[in-house]
Amino acid sequence: MSIVTVQLGQCGNQIGFEVFDTLFSDSHSSQGLCSKRENEAYQASCKERFFSEEENGVPIARAVLVDMEPKVINQTLSKAAQSGRWKYGQHAYFCQKQGSGNNWAYGYSVHGPRHEESIMNIIQKEVEKCDSLSGFFIIMSMAGGTGSGIGAFVTQNLQDQYAHSLKMNQIIWPYGTGEVIVQNYNSILTLSHLYRSSDALLVHENDAVHKICAKLMNIKQISFSDINQVLAHQLGSVFQPVYSAEGLFHYRRNPLEGFKDPALYTSWLQPVDAFNVWKTQRAFSKYEKSASLVSNSQFLVKPLNMIVGKAWNMFASKAYLHQYTKFGIEEEDFLDSFTLLEQVVASYYNL
Amino acid sequence: MTQSVVVQVGQCGNQIGCCFWDLALREHAAVNQKGIYDEAISSFFRNVDTRVTGDGGTISKGKICSLKARAVLIDMEEGVVNEILQGPLRDVFDSKQLITDISGSGNNWAVGHKVFGSLYQEQTLEKLRKSAEHCDCLQCFFIIHSMGGGTGSGLGTFLLKVLEDEFPEVYRFVTSIYPSSEDDVITSPYNSILAMKELNEHADCVLPIDNQSLFDIISKIDFVVNSGKLDTTVKPKSLVTSSAGALKKQQKKPFDAMNNIVANLLLNLTSSARFEGSLNMDLNEISMNLVPFPQLHYLVSSLTPLYTLADVNIPPRRLDQMFSDAFSKDHQLIRADPKHSLYLACALMVRGNVQISDLRRNIERLKPSLQFVSWNQEGWKTSLCSVPPVGHSHSLLALANNTCVKPTFMELRERFMRLYKKKAHLHHYLQVEGMEESCFTEAVSSLSALIQEYNQLDATKSMPVPDIPRLSVAV
Repeated sequence: MSIVTVQLGQCGNQIGFEVFDTLFSDSHSSQGLCSKRENEAYQASCKERFFSEEENGVPIARAVLVDMEPKVINQTLSKAAQSGRWKYGQHAYFCQKQGSGNNWAYGYSVHGPRHEESIMNIIQKEVEKCDSLSGFFIIMSMAGGTGSGIGAFVTQNLQDQYAHSLKMNQIIWPYGTGEVIVQNYNSILTLSHLYRSSDALLVHENDAVHKICAKLMNIKQISFSDINQVLAHQLGSVFQPVYSAEGLFHYRRNPLEGFKDPALYTSWLQPVDAFNVWKTQRAFSKYEKSASLVSNSQFLVKPLNMIVGKAWNMFASKAYLHQYTKFGIEEEDFLDSFTLLEQVVASYYNL
Repeated sequence: MTQSVVVQVGQCGNQIGCCFWDLALREHAAVNQKGIYDEAISSFFRNVDTRVTGDGGTISKGKICSLKARAVLIDMEEGVVNEILQGPLRDVFDSKQLITDISGSGNNWAVGHKVFGSLYQEQTLEKLRKSAEHCDCLQCFFIIHSMGGGTGSGLGTFLLKVLEDEFPEVYRFVTSIYPSSEDDVITSPYNSILAMKELNEHADCVLPIDNQSLFDIISKIDFVVNSGKLDTTVKPKSLVTSSAGALKKQQKKPFDAMNNIVANLLLNLTSSARFEGSLNMDLNEISMNLVPFPQLHYLVSSLTPLYTLADVNIPPRRLDQMFSDAFSKDHQLIRADPKHSLYLACALMVRGNVQISDLRRNIERLKPSLQFVSWNQEGWKTSLCSVPPVGHSHSLLALANNTCVKPTFMELRERFMRLYKKKAHLHHYLQVEGMEESCFTEAVSSLSALIQEYNQLDATKSMPVPDIPRLSVAV
């Protein structure tokens, strides 16, 4: 079964590239630490999941790249093509000229509807290439405007159009200390909308991954490239096939906890081991249910609570609101989001 | 990618504009080795086949033929614009994109705004529409002018309203040179206050700059360069004031050096929109993140480094010094004291080989010494652009929305009141059709209201962070 990836915004596209690169490298690595037959079965399975075959043998990632300005998509497409090992589909991207300006309202209410048809068409084409669709993997950040706003919009559309397929959103939780000043607003708006339309939210915090780079990997001058590679490594391990059902989707804070030493790049989880690690944690349901199954989930309450708190504080002073109301997101919409998230936080605390 | 159009108004505006275009060409020449007209260059330049007459010469891809600046040059005297058109940059400007007159505005805002405003409104609109048509996706107008004179101040701010009406979706970023207290134009307080009202109401973002700060920066550089204290020499091209290089050979006047600083500011501001990086920041993000309330859109800028030593390997300690410098008063383009005032928001735009960990380390380090407003304690917006400016390995532009601009405005109001109370020189203004005393009183009220908003924010400075009760929900 195949997974179609949708990479949104600068963050989504930068990470998406690393993920495919990692998946490709892993599936083609010579040391699977298992029998040859095992390895071949593994390779066949994971190739089909994430890549489709082209005539001249270069695999094409099953991905759709979306961004509202061209620089990052251009970079991503050329990086993939230059590697010569795999590439993105020639027409599998949607791009505009002017970005979303870190404005969730602009992404959700302006860009989303305006480009709905084009974006959904490209996704449809990618879906048609799959023999059987397992679901969607949407990579986006919460702090900006495109990943967050258009990400929320597209996820909703996928919910409507492909109700029977799973949707998992990979969301990047921004650094606590500012990357974007309005990141808390963008985050609460994104989360409240995704709760209603996504099946699972896989969360990675920039702060956490940064710490991994610093403490576990001892990188001195950490770049986003380093961070994204660690992320891709984790994600890759989540996705590589394990014996039973396809599409293990999960809500976890830090998947690294389930992993072996990340420095061992050569061998992934052997299928048998992976099976053990993941066995208890498979959940195939809507968000609420999977939250109560996963014992790790309490971890996410604290950052969530903090973001809601900061956003609320800013909201009380009405700062920056004019930037959102300009594009149709009113105070009531904010209040709806706050209400929903407070309920989530309260539910967690009551567990 | 988007394009921007520069509207340079008045003597000051055009002189700075000239330095800007010179530096922009040098920057793109350094980055674009193959001479292909790419999206980065197209943000400020058109590619034109000069053999084609009329309008059909625009080339959108391929080799660079002839670059034309996306600019409109406006001055009510001919001297400065003529000099530009006879100088080394003459081919960069489209001769049809100029508006000049001969008599000048006589340092009178009313003449610039009311007389020339209405006289040249149609023509100006035509030129602006033309330059917009040449853009695939116009994002921003950069207006450069001074506040103390007549043309830049009066006509420049008249154009803000025109731009707002004609192109409501395009941002208006204004670079305004404020008069220092020793300004030799007596009526500069009148002109500035009258202009401020327009900036309050029609600009998206204002970068106030004063000549004194620019002058202090040059003095500092001169001292370093000439003192011979350093073991290693300063790379001449790296001076933020330098215009040596491709086109201009010598600096004739001190204003050249000062204008280059402003040119650097504008290029650094747009670098992350034009070039690639791991954390891009577009122009619309500047407004989104740094303007929490529509009126409070005055940003204090500071640039580092002012020069680079010839030593190429910069260890992290030097890199950290760059961040510290950005928060030192020596590097600010306007005299103000942000460290002792309240930050509403702050943006750090980094260029060159700097990574996210360097950025974060320095934010953590500098944060404790800065006061942020209670609802924006982590009010940082950051960007990383891979392409460094000419002559440097990296640079940092800090933009702060800080209540420290309040004293500057209050002082301006003070100077205004001293003149106004005696009705000095008022008749020069009132005799212009359309000008009444109410224009003056409204302008002062507008400024006072702005100052009051800053006051209210300042009042929250020493108070503890309020504990606002959260929504309580039924589970």
